Amino acid sequence: MELLSISVDSHFVHKMWQDYELTKMVEGGVPFPMLSDGPGNIGRVYGVYDEDAGVEMRGRFIIDPDGVIQAIEILTPPVGRNVEELIRQVKAFQHVRETKGEEATPSGWQPGKPTLSPGPDLVGKVWEAWKVEEAF
Amino acid sequence: MKELKIGCGKPTGAKLGESAGSGKPAEETPMGKEISMAAVKVGAKAPDFEAPAYQSGKFGQVKLSDYLGKWVVLCFYPGDFTFV
Repeated sequence: MELLSISVDSHFVHKMWQDYELTKMVEGGVPFPMLSDGPGNIGRVYGVYDEDAGVEMRGRFIIDPDGVIQAIEILTPPVGRNVEELIRQVKAFQHVRETKGEEATPSGWQPGKPTLSPGPDLVGKVWEAWKVEEAF
Repeated sequence: MKELKIGCGKPTGAKLGESAGSGKPAEETPMGKEISMAAVKVGAKAPDFEAPAYQSGKFGQVKLSDYLGKWVVLCFYPGDFTFV
């Protein structure tokens, strides 16, 4: 999985942030490319650019190897993301792809938890194959 | 990350896996914003773009379509030196 971060800051400011602050939070600094979208045009296309504030909201897009967007989450600035949930979603989408869509991951799925195989035999039988407790 | 001549961050106007020119860049269409935003949805190809980037002491240019074949998480955020 490759992570790309992007904001309206210039790549020069990204360097300063990395050098002066991020390296104090993460040893060696963050390892991924920090992209610059100065005019906000990429953010506009992705629907996350706030014209009034001139900044981009916390938009997060999971894109599969075919270039298809599998998940979108957009938060306003004051609330941070949940990295564990991001990783869980990526693992779930990867699992579905590996099984060529024959398995689906129910609510709260984690690697090792049971999946469901959608099909005629499962109609009306989810209550037998999956318990609500599995969601937590 | 490729070290290329550094330009502006901009959408290429193409979706991932399609050639540029198959779609007009957002700013060239009269209803650009609405059209392009409607195109960004789950189950649809991501709009391609290129942008200047900083990584591990180097400046370069990143193009989203160079990552085809890999899982990508694209994270927008309000700004460097902000708090959350």
